[in-house]
Formats: sequence, C-alpha cells, structure tokens
Amino acid sequence: MTDLSVDIKGMKFENPVIAASGTFGFGREFKDYTDLDMIGGISVKGLTLESRQGNKPPRIAETPAGILNSVGLQNPGVKGFIRDEIPFLRKHKTKIIVNIAGNTIEDYCEMAEILSDEDIDGIELNVSCPNVKKGCAAFGTTSEGISEITKKVRKYCKKPLIVKLTPNVTDIKEVAKAAEEEGADAISLINTILGMAIDIHKKRPVLANNMGGMSGPAVKPIAVRMVYEVAQSVNVPVIGMGGISNGDDAIEFMLAGASAIMVGTANFVNPAACVDVVNGIKNYMKIHDFKSVYDVIGKVKLY
Amino acid sequence: MSRILSEKVESVEKLSRSIYKMTINSEYIVERAYPGQFVNIKCCDGINALLRRPISICNVDKEKKCIDIVFQVKGIGTEYLSKKTLGDKVDLIGPLGNPFTILKEVKNVAVVGGGIGVFPLLYLLSEIKAAKKSAFLGFRNKDFVVLKDEFEKNSDKLFISTDDGSEGSKGLITVPLEEQLKSSKFDIIYTCGPTPMIKKVVDIAKENEIKCQVSLEQRMGCGIGACLVCACKTKSDDGWKYSHVCKDGPVFWSNEVIFDD
Repeated sequence: MTDLSVDIKGMKFENPVIAASGTFGFGREFKDYTDLDMIGGISVKGLTLESRQGNKPPRIAETPAGILNSVGLQNPGVKGFIRDEIPFLRKHKTKIIVNIAGNTIEDYCEMAEILSDEDIDGIELNVSCPNVKKGCAAFGTTSEGISEITKKVRKYCKKPLIVKLTPNVTDIKEVAKAAEEEGADAISLINTILGMAIDIHKKRPVLANNMGGMSGPAVKPIAVRMVYEVAQSVNVPVIGMGGISNGDDAIEFMLAGASAIMVGTANFVNPAACVDVVNGIKNYMKIHDFKSVYDVIGKVKLY
Repeated sequence: MSRILSEKVESVEKLSRSIYKMTINSEYIVERAYPGQFVNIKCCDGINALLRRPISICNVDKEKKCIDIVFQVKGIGTEYLSKKTLGDKVDLIGPLGNPFTILKEVKNVAVVGGGIGVFPLLYLLSEIKAAKKSAFLGFRNKDFVVLKDEFEKNSDKLFISTDDGSEGSKGLITVPLEEQLKSSKFDIIYTCGPTPMIKKVVDIAKENEIKCQVSLEQRMGCGIGACLVCACKTKSDDGWKYSHVCKDGPVFWSNEVIFDD
C-alpha cells in the first residue's frame, strides 16, 4: 500500500498535489474535467480585501515552453469568496488554501483575521505578485519586507500560514529564513519570474501591462534549484512549484526537498493535470517500492 | 467525467495560401454544439505551442458525426495543426462558450464577418431556417476568400468586399451593409471579425435600432473560465467590469459590451 499523505503543520493532505493559486479558479471551473476529490489541495485564486477587476487585456503571451501572464489579481474579494465559494469547495475532500494579497500590510492582517474564523485549511500569503503596481510584490523582494509582513500577519492568522516567495530576488535562502523566523508554518515557491515578450511587427509588448509573470515548463530548472536551496536552509516544510506537468516533474521537486508540490500552468493545458500528477507520483513510488512520500522528500544525493 | 476528448481527424484541406479546414470526427461535440461555440485544441504533444488554441466551429455534420474548423496558420501552433492528416488524433475540449441566440420570430437576418471571423457565421447561417439571410463578408484580398460556395448555399444574398478590390466590392464590408439598409430592414445582425469592424457594425445596428450580437476574440489561456486572461469590458450595475470571452462569451449582445480598451 502506497501512502501519499503528507502533514504540513496540521494540514493533512491525502496526497502532496495542490492546485496552484491563479491557475485553478475556485475549483468549480474544473469539475467537469477532473475529480476534485482526488486533488490533495486547492490554493484558490488570489484574493484581495475588496474585489478587483485586474489589468487590461491582452493578459497572456505564449513563450517557448511557457507563458507570461498579467491578470493583475482579478477576484471577487474575500467576502465574495467566503459567501460563494467555500460551500462548494467544502463538499470535496480537497484541502482549501486561501491565497491572499493586499496593498498594505493592514489589508493582509484584516484578511487573515476574517479567514481565520472560516472553514478553510490554510492561508497562503502572496507577497510576490509581479502584476500589481501597489504593495504585494514589494513586500516579497527583501528579507526585511518578508520579516515585517510575516510577523504582523502571524498575529492575526490562526490557520497554518504559508508564505509564497518570489524568485525575483538575489538570495532566495535569506528571504525564506526571514519568513521562517517570523512564524511561517510553510514556504511555497516559486511564484512567476518577471518577464517580457514583444510583438516585433507591432513593436509593442504582447501584454498590455508590458511585463508579466513567466511560468510553465521553461521555468522548472530554476524552480527546482530554488526549492533545493530553500529546503536546505529552513526547517519548515517547503511546497515546490514551477513548471510541473506530470508525476516525474513532481518527484524532481520532492527529491529536492519539497514536502508537497503545486501544479499551475499545466492546468490550462490539461484540465486533469493535477490528478495525472497524483497518478504519476503513485506510479513512481510503486516502481521504486517506496511506501511513503517521506521516502522521497529531500532524498536527492548530490555529487 | 472527463470531457477532455481525443478525436480522429478525418481530413485537413488547404483552402488558400494560409487557411485550412480540418474535419474532426466527434460524436460528443456534434451532439452538444451550437453556432458561435468553439473548441480548444492542443496543436501538438509536449511543450511546444504549450497552450491550446481556441477555434470556432464552422460546420456540423450530424450524419457523419463530424465538425469542421477553419483556421489560418499564424504561428507554430496552427502550423502543427495544418500538418495533421487522416487518422491522427487531436486532443480537444468543447464545445465551449455561449452560442449565438437564434430568435424564432425574426424574418430578416444579416451576418457581417471579417477575415477568419466569418467561419462561425457559416455554422450560424446553416442553423437559421425560417428567416431570409444576408451575408456580408469582408476579406483582405481574393486569396483570403474561402468557402464562398458554402456561404452562397446558406444565404439568400451574399456580399463580398476586399480591401484591394480583387474580389467583390473594394473597401469595408460595412459599406454594402449600410447600402442595403437604405432599402432593406434587418431584425438582427450577427457579427464576428476584427474589432474596428465589429465597432462599426455595432454603431450601424444602434443607429438603425437593430438587435445585434457580437462574437469577440481575445488571447485565451484555459478556455474554461479559470485563468481569467481573456478579459473584455462589459456593462455592470456600477459602470463596467471585466467579463471573460471564453466563459461569458464569446457571443455577447452588442449593448452589453464596452469597446474602449
């Protein structure tokens, strides 16, 4: 019997596969294409205190083995989410992680406080969205910024707290340590890498926002490296993501030290990607006769 | 459970220099499709041309259980797609999106299409049985004029214009539309094509107090309303909001849409 379950600070996932924020809506969009009960967790579309309309279109560009997006956190606001989305999600076995973003630290604190009284499993701090002008991204790019926001939100957050890191920093290890020191229960990474694509005939950027967040298979080696570095530097569990499309990709992140993984861009291409990844992990574990995912997590042997 | 389909390609036919028609055997889609809806196709395996390509349904053959899609080769995705042959499988999801509304009580309909936007209108024309149908189709030049016979067969009057006058009248397709409106009355206009053309058609419909539906295009990600990239401005209680072409559209009533982006 293969045991895929993982425990991340009390969040008991049936398997280590979580749908990444911004790529899986609120789950319901995928119900006709895949079995939501089979997915370990869903990190919902990033929420803000008030609803947001997001950026001007075009918001997506395809790039070699990847995409750029500049959605800009279009969302119904935290109250709309509580009212309209939690009841549906709770009908499923999947764990609910609520991704939150704000213009000010006070926004984050208020959302964490509101959500702590709701029937959800964890909160993920989005301090690294590259697509909004105010706040958000700025908090995640320095150790000081991460320390301050984690410390303050921690006071209001009664749920397991995941801090999601941006790769757009000089030393990811220092930023991760800062989050751990101020009380993060887990660290997820990587958010998208800031990128740009230009339409050579129009001589203008493809995205109306000029720049956007890059994701997809092209970013995977960068993400694996960063997950490895962070897993070596902190004691809290690490949730790895960046270009995972199948079980083998997920195993790579787990060997690098990820206790769980998130599937993002692949959901756009294959609406059943999360469940395919679960089955791929299961298959790998059978082949190698591993009984538990803990036989895989962090087991890479360096040369 | 899963609506991710793997369907057989029946044929791929080159209609002009860069435009192809693909016939796909899909009982699932044939049984569910309506004019204006689209399919989201994975053009190749693996990580090249990563995203699916949304392509509207151009024709449905209920007997043969086949759909036609017509596309222009514009990049690597459509290039891959154009190279498929009989017996190949295509990975697609659909039918997606909201279809055109076919009103029962109308007597005269007009469709106005531009470029590759004409193809969903052919499927629409074939499904409108009870009304008199006028089709106005605009193209860049005669090389882009395809499926003319099918449009002729499915309409009572066909008007073609090209930018350079190499086929039909020279200039914008909205010129013959306005010309016809001097003597004819349409109960509804359906339009699909480049945004400047759609805007003009919407203005003409408004001036003449004619109902109008538009089919919009925007760069898409997932096609199922999750990624939120295909935003378009629509009216809302407090002014405007971003709706999404894949899920809320691609067909909208013209008075719902705000064309200022």
